[in-house]
Formats: sequence, structure tokens, C-alpha cells
Amino acid sequence: MSVGGSGQKGSLSLADRFGELGAGVYDAWMFVLRFFREAFVPPWHFKELLRQCYMVGYMSLPLISLTGFVTGIVFTKQSRPSLESFGATSWLPSLIAIAVIRALAPLVTALICAGKVGSNIGAELGSMKVSEQIEAMEVSAINPFKYLVVTRTLACTLMIPVLVMYSAFVGLIGSYFNVHANEATSLISYFQDAFSTITFLDLWSSAAKSFVYGFTVGIVGCYKGFRASKGTQGVGLAANSAVVTGMFLVFMEEIVLVQMINWIRFY
Amino acid sequence: MQNQIHSDLPMISIRGLCISFGSLQVLNGIDLDVWKGENMIVLGRSGSGKSVLIKLLAGLLKPDSGSMEMLGKKVETLDSKSLDALRLRLGFSFQSSALYDSMDVGGNLEFPLTMNIKNLSRKEIDLAVDEVLEAVGLQDKKHQMPAELSGGQRKRVGVARTLIMKPEIMLYDEPTGGLDPITSNEINELILEVQERYKTTSIIITHDLTCARNTGNRIAMLLDGKFVRIGTFDEVFDGSDERINGFYAYNFIQ
Repeated sequence: MSVGGSGQKGSLSLADRFGELGAGVYDAWMFVLRFFREAFVPPWHFKELLRQCYMVGYMSLPLISLTGFVTGIVFTKQSRPSLESFGATSWLPSLIAIAVIRALAPLVTALICAGKVGSNIGAELGSMKVSEQIEAMEVSAINPFKYLVVTRTLACTLMIPVLVMYSAFVGLIGSYFNVHANEATSLISYFQDAFSTITFLDLWSSAAKSFVYGFTVGIVGCYKGFRASKGTQGVGLAANSAVVTGMFLVFMEEIVLVQMINWIRFY
Repeated sequence: MQNQIHSDLPMISIRGLCISFGSLQVLNGIDLDVWKGENMIVLGRSGSGKSVLIKLLAGLLKPDSGSMEMLGKKVETLDSKSLDALRLRLGFSFQSSALYDSMDVGGNLEFPLTMNIKNLSRKEIDLAVDEVLEAVGLQDKKHQMPAELSGGQRKRVGVARTLIMKPEIMLYDEPTGGLDPITSNEINELILEVQERYKTTSIIITHDLTCARNTGNRIAMLLDGKFVRIGTFDEVFDGSDERINGFYAYNFIQ
């Protein structure tokens, strides 16, 4: 089966398309397995890992601050009329805390990172691939998978949970501003109300989801970059595909993980 | 530059090497010996498989059949650890230079050194970087980024990055590709300087006959997946093979 371009692709049979999809899934799965094989074997590139943590974590702070803060304010504003109709505006802090910590902070942060970090990794590694920089590492006896993929994926896995916690905190602060403007609630009283309904399982599940999303964003970006085809068009496609695939997988994982957490919650 | 260099055992020995991509047979059973200290030119048209040959030698591709022996090691049978050990004795100069965009020239040069040799002091690293920069004539470019360099300077930095590991074998992929005649001539001189100063054995992939004539001890002409002629420049271009004559005429008319 030869697939040279879109013209040829149009003439592929359904069986060929499934075969191609199966080969792609197998290749991606082998890539993930290779990550686990390489990540736990020395040498480890701590300096590059730290640099990537800085790039993924610190450099994402302005965007995460903005989205977290706006999400907190908007969600509070939108929820207020419904609660007001029941005379239950005092429930706002706990409602917002549950929504932000359980769902909004992990999901919104992961989607923002899939866009910002995933595209960045896809484009960077794609560009290195098409300009032979990855081959240059190989012929210098440097393992490019370990140096580029393991460090970037680990940085995402470690830093996105931190960004999620930060985003949740900023979201609650945004929500506090809205609540304070309407009910003149103090900051301490707001946070006491907010955390009164938060359980250990809420915090634990949010952190667990963040690690999964972080790993997904990192490994998808690296995979798409590593598999970029020749040429500048391939770099653009790698960046684009890293975002689309990353977001799709984060949504799919959200559905599965929420279901699993709910089982734990009720049984 | 057409004297043949002899020694007991070849540094590179290729036998019956074949590789195909899909239905396209790129190399079809080639044999080649390269002797110690020799600059071997591999000439051929674009798409004839020249670059594929040195990528096979560097272990970046796997052959369908045949054997490649370098520095006494059978490349196609090596595990990744042994292949890395062999690669430390090779230098590979890429057609695109393949400089790391995120690092300055100094960073590019010290990267293979610091990644492969642990516990080097800052002074030792700086000395090694300065030495190779001096060898390629770019002492004042240490802190510049690759994007700030000209095509010829990028090629030189690419060569310097391989020299820092003191390679025994150099593989040059189109060293004068995309360069003007004056810069090409400077790169040809650099290749000869590297051969003289570092006592390297080289395979130089090119379709530039000026580069071939000025830098090569011998030339292997690759046509239709096979070496059709191996010898000195005058032996290869003695006018007896129509296909080679056409290549010669076209190249010099250009």
C-alpha cells in the first residue's frame, strides 16, 4: 500500500484506511512504551528537564492566570441568577469550589496547555526533525528520544498539575471578587465556605487527572513532532495535529476518569 | 589530489549493500573499500542514493542486505550501545548543517562533548571549543546564533561540531551544496585541512565535480544503484563511458 499524497489517499479502500489507522495507533503505542523504557534508565538529563519545566510551567503562568481568573468570575456571575431564584446565594462559594477543583481547573488548564505547550513541542521537534537536527544528535551518540521526548513529557507531567492547582486558586480568587462585590463577604469566610464541601477525594482526583492530562499533552506533542514528515508544511501539520489530538484525548480521558472517580465516590 | 593512499586494511569496507524504499531499489549491491587517510568521493545525480549510503554507514538506516564494516566493526549487526561507541569515532557533516537553533555556536560545539564525556571542567570545554573554531576559521563567531551565520559559516560550524570529538572517519553530505563558487572553494580547502590536520578518512558525497577534483583521492561513480566506476578523477572521466561523459559535460557547462 503506498500513500503518497491526498490524491492517492482518496482512492484507498476502507480496509486500507483501517489498516493505516491500526498502524498509526500501533506506532503511537510503541512510542508511549518507549517513553517508559527510556524514562527510568540513566543517563537522565536533569538540566534539560529543569529548562523544560521552566518553559512549560513558568512561561505558561500569564495565560493560565488570565484564563483561571476569568473562568472564576464568569462562572460565578452565570451561576448567581439560578441560585438567587432559590435564595441560595450563600452556596455560591462551595458550588464554585466544587466546579473549579473537580472539573474546570484540570480541564481548562489541560486544554490551554494542549494549545500552548503541545503546539510548541510539536512545532519545535517537527522543525528539528525536518532540519536533520534529530539525526545530528543520533550520529553524535546522543539519544534524542531521551534528551527531547523524555524531558519534555516529564516536564508536562510534573508542571501541568502545578498549573492546575494554581489555576484553581486563581479561579477561586476571581470568584471571590464577584462574591465580595455583591455580598461583601470576607476572603477568609469565602474560603471557609468554599472548602467546607471539598473532600480529600476531590483534591486527589483533580491531581490524578492533571498528571494524566499533563502526560497526554507532552507525549502527543513529542510524538507528532518526531513523526513530522519532510518540509515546512510538515512542521505546521505536526503543531496543528499535536493540538487537535491532544485536546481530543484530554476530552476522552475526562469522560473515562470522571466515570471512574464517580464509581469510587459512590462505592 | 589524485594520489591513491594504500594501507593494509580498509577503514571502511562495503560489500553487496542493498536498500530499497517500497518498490524503488536505491542501492543495488554496491562494493567499496576506503583506505586510511583517503578522501573518497561518491559522485552521482540527485536522488541516486548517495546520502542514503552515508546514512547507512552512520547507522541511521538499516540495509536490506549486504555488509558494512567500519573501523573493524560490522555496522549492521551492532546493538545501540556499540553503535554509539562507533559513532563517537565518526564525524557526520550534514547537507543542511543541522545546527541546533536554540543554542549559540559555542553551545552547538560543546553539546556533543559534554553529553558524551562527563566531568569536563569549564576550562577544558572552552579550550576544545576554541581549538575547533580556530581550525575552521570562525574564532569570532562563538557567541552568535546559527540564524546569524551565512551558509558557508554554518557548514564550517557543522564540521567543527564533528571535529570536537576528534573523529577518525568523516562523512560529508554535499559539503558545497547551495554555496557560491568562492565559498565552495573555501569549504574544499577546509576538507583538505581537516584531512591533513586530523588525519581523517573521509567519504564525501557530492555532485560538484570541482569539489570532487579538488578534495578527492579517489572517486566512486554511482549510477542506477551501483558503482559503475571507481578510480582517480582522470580514470573515472577518461571518456570511455557515455553515461559518465554526460555527467562531466553537464557539470562543467553548468
